[in-house]
Amino acid sequence: MALTGIQIYKLLPKTNCKDCGFPTCLAFAMKLAAKQVELSACPHISEEAKAVLAESASPPIRLVTLKADGYEVKAGNEVVLFRHEKKFYHKPGFFIRERDDASLDQIRERVAATDAYTVNYVGMDLTLDGFAVESASGDPTTFSQAISAVRAVSQRPLILMSRDPGVMAAGLQAVNGEAPLIYAADADNWEAMADLAKQHQAPLAVFADSLEGLADLTQKIKARGVEDMVLDHGARDLGTSLARNTVIRRLALKKTFRPLGYPIIAFPGDAGDAAWEAILAAHAVAKYAGFIVLDHTAPEMLYPLLVLRENIYTDPQKPIQVQPGLYEINDPSPEDPVLATTNFSITYFSVANEVEGAGLPAWLLVTDAEGMSVLTAWAAGKFDAERIAKDVRRFHVPDKVHRKRIVIPGHVAVISGELEEELPDWEVRVGPREAVDLPTYMKEALV
Amino acid sequence: MPLEIPKDKWPGSVRTITIGATPEEGGTRACTVTVGGETTMPFLHFEGEIPHRPVVAIEIRDRRPDDWSPLLLETWGEVVNDPAAWAKAAEEAGADLIQLSLSLTDGDGETTTPEAAVAAVRAVLQASGLPLMVFGPGQAAVDNQLLVAVAEATAGERLVLGIREDKNYRTIVATAMANGHLVNARTPMDVNLAKQLNILISDMGFPLDRILMDPTTAALGYGIEYGFSAMERLRLAALQGDAMTQFPMLVTPGFEAWKTKEAKVGEDVPAAWGDWLERAVHWETLTAVTLLEAGADILVLRHPESVRRVKAAIDDLMTVREVEAVA
Ligand code: B12
Ligand code: SF4
Repeated sequence: MALTGIQIYKLLPKTNCKDCGFPTCLAFAMKLAAKQVELSACPHISEEAKAVLAESASPPIRLVTLKADGYEVKAGNEVVLFRHEKKFYHKPGFFIRERDDASLDQIRERVAATDAYTVNYVGMDLTLDGFAVESASGDPTTFSQAISAVRAVSQRPLILMSRDPGVMAAGLQAVNGEAPLIYAADADNWEAMADLAKQHQAPLAVFADSLEGLADLTQKIKARGVEDMVLDHGARDLGTSLARNTVIRRLALKKTFRPLGYPIIAFPGDAGDAAWEAILAAHAVAKYAGFIVLDHTAPEMLYPLLVLRENIYTDPQKPIQVQPGLYEINDPSPEDPVLATTNFSITYFSVANEVEGAGLPAWLLVTDAEGMSVLTAWAAGKFDAERIAKDVRRFHVPDKVHRKRIVIPGHVAVISGELEEELPDWEVRVGPREAVDLPTYMKEALV
Repeated sequence: MPLEIPKDKWPGSVRTITIGATPEEGGTRACTVTVGGETTMPFLHFEGEIPHRPVVAIEIRDRRPDDWSPLLLETWGEVVNDPAAWAKAAEEAGADLIQLSLSLTDGDGETTTPEAAVAAVRAVLQASGLPLMVFGPGQAAVDNQLLVAVAEATAGERLVLGIREDKNYRTIVATAMANGHLVNARTPMDVNLAKQLNILISDMGFPLDRILMDPTTAALGYGIEYGFSAMERLRLAALQGDAMTQFPMLVTPGFEAWKTKEAKVGEDVPAAWGDWLERAVHWETLTAVTLLEAGADILVLRHPESVRRVKAAIDDLMTVREVEAVA
C-alpha cells in the first residue's frame, strides 16, 4: 500500500533545504504521497529510502509476464476482490499440459491442434495461451525432447514442470534464450530452482501446501534474487482453493503482505475427470487464478471456459460494444431490407451471425444504444422510435436503400406505431423475438 | 513466521427460509428445504457460518414444452407429457426441490385455465414429496389468475410462488400471505430494484422469513457478468446489515443456459463449439457454478447431468476444511 505523507517524511533528509522547490521536507512528502511530484525532485534522498519508497509504490500483486515470440500472458497487478469495485485486469492464462511420457508424435499432434484452436465470441477470436510441459519420466533428455517437440509446433509461452533441478536445467536448455515459467520450487529444491530462475531470468512458481510455508519460501527466494514468482498453494479441491485464493488476495490487497503478493497458478487438470476439471477451471477464473493449467482439450469445454474468462474480465462500467452504423451483410442491394438492432456486442453478433450464416443480404442498422441489449436499451429509453429514426438519417440509410422497409426486433413491437410516425415513407415491420428465427422470417415474410 | 488469516467481521447475515411444510406443519411434504443463514461471503467457512447448503431445483412444466432444446426432451423422454411423472423423475435425478413452470397456453393454444393449473400442481404434489415452487408463465394478468388459484388450492404447503418483478407483486403477495406460502421476488439485475421490491413486499406486512429474491441472471456469454456482480453486491449489502437485501437468492441458470444457441442448436455451428450435448451441459453447469460462487442459495436447473455435477460442486464447497490444511 502507498505510504502516507508522514511515513514518507520520516524517510527524507529532514533538512528543509528547499532544493526540491518546496519550503519543507514535510511539504514535499505530502505532495509525494498525493503523487503530485516525482521522488527524483529531491536530490538528497538516500539510496535506502529510495528503495523503500519504490517498494511501497510497487503493486500489491506483482505483475508476472510470460513472453514468447510475440505472445504475451500477464497475470497479477489486480486491485480489487470483487469485479464491481473496479475491474479485474489480467485474464488468467490458459495453458494445456503435455507430459513427456507421451510419444513425441502424440505431443506434436495434440499441441498443433490446441495451438490452432480458436473460437469466435462476439467478434473476438479467443485462443488458448500456451503449454505446460511436465516431466513424468524424470529423465532430463526425455524432458528436453518433449519440450522441443512442443516448440516445433507452437511458439506460445511455456511452463516447464519438474521438481528436479537437474531435469529442469535440461528443459531450460532446450528453450535457451527464453524465459518460461519454471514450476516449481519447493521446500527441498528452492535454492537450486532459484538459481536456475536467476540464470535464465525466468519467473519461478513456488509450491507449498500451506500459506505459511508459501510465504516463508517466497521470502527466501526473493532474498536469493528472484523477483517474479507465482504461487501454488497446493489445494486441489474447490473449497480449500477458494479459501486460500481469497486469503492470498486479501493479504496482498488489504495488508500489502508482500510474501504472498504474486499471481496464483491453478491445476484443475489434476482432478483427472473432464467434467470436474471444467468446474474447477470455471472457479479458478471467477476466483483469482492468474494461470490455469488444463489437461483436457475438448472444444466443448474450452469454448465455455474462454467465454467465461471474457465475461468475468469485462469492464463492469463499459459493456462490450460495436461501432454504431449501417452494416452491410452479404452484399445487400438497394432492394434488401433494413434490420434495426442495438450496438451491444452480444446483440449485434447474434443478429449478424444468423443473417450472415443464412446467406441472406440485408442492411443492419446498428443504432447507438450505448452498448445495451434490445430490451435493456428500450427500458432505458435508448432504443426508441426517435433514436432509430435519428440513426436512419445519421447513417444516410435512405441514400442506400430504395425499397424502404425496416424490421424491428419482436421484443420492441410496441414502438412500431411511433416509428411509422417518425419515418412516414417507410414500411415498418415487426420481426421475430429471437435472432435464431430471423432467417425463416426473412425468407417467408420479407419477399 | 506465523500468518494471520484476515477475516472480515460482518454485522449482518442472510435470513433463514424454509420451503415446504410436512403434515405436522400443515402441509403434505415428505421433507422441507431450508436455505440461507450465511454470515459470510460464499463458502468462506474460515470466517463465518454457512449453516445451510445451497440447493438444486429441477424445472418441470405442466405440459410438454414447445421451445425446449431437443436434448432436454430426449433426456427426459416420455415424462415431459405428464407433470406427475416428470416430478417423480426429477426427484430420482437428485432434485432437492421442484420448480413447476406453468405454460401460457395449453396444447391447443388456449390460455391455461386456473383449473388446469391447479390440477397440474395437485398431481405434482401427489407424485413427489419434495417442496415445490410454482412459477407463472410470465404475463402479469395470467400469472395472477393461475397463481391465486394454485395458492388457494394448496393452502399451508409453503410453496414458493414466482413473482415477476413489480408488476404483479401485490396480488401474489396477498394470496401467499392468506394461504401460508412464500414468494420469489424477481427484479432485473439491479441492487436498488431488488431492494425496492423487497421493501414493497414487506410494506404489505408479509413475513420476512418467507421471501426469496431472484436478482435475474443471464447465461454464460449472454451477460452472466451482470448477474454475477449484482449478486455479489446484494450479498455484501446483506452482510453489511442492509435488512432489505438479507434474503436467500434464487437463480435460474437452467432457463438461461438452455435458451442459448450453444445449448439449443446442434447443426451448422462452428466446429470449435465441439460436441453438442456435452457443450450444453457445460453451459448450464458452468453458469450455475459461477453463480454459486456469487452467493446463489437455490439453483434451478434443467438437465439431470448438470444437476449431478452442480451438486458435487456444492458438496465440495460445503465441506469444512482448515484453510491451512490440505484436503
Ligand atoms: C444483462 C441485462 C442488463 C444489463 C445490461 C446489459 C447490456 N449491456 O445491455 C444491466 C444490468 C446493466 C441492465 C440494466 C437494466 N435493465 Co436489463 N436485462 C438484462 C438481461 C438479464 C439480459 C439482456 C441481454 O443481454 N440479452 C441478450 C441480448 C443478445 O438480447 P437482445 O438484445 O434482446 O437480442 C436478442 C433479440 O432481441 C433479437 N434481436 C436483436 N436485434 C434484433 C433485430 C431484429 C430485426 C430482430 C428481428 C431481432 C433482433 O436477437 C437477439 C438474440 O435472440 C435482461 C433479462 C433477460 N434475461 O433477457 C434484462 C432486461 C432486458 N432489463 C430490463 C430492465 C428493466 C433494465 C433496467 C431499466 C432496470 C434497471 N436495472 O434499472 C436497466 C436499464 C439500463 C440503464 N438504465 O442503464 C428488463 C426490460 C423489461 C422490459 N420489457 O421493459 C429485462 C427484460 C429484465 C426483466 N425481465 O425485467 N440489464
Ligand atoms: S530537496 Fe529533499 S531534503 Fe531538501 S527540502 Fe526537499 S525533500 Fe527535503
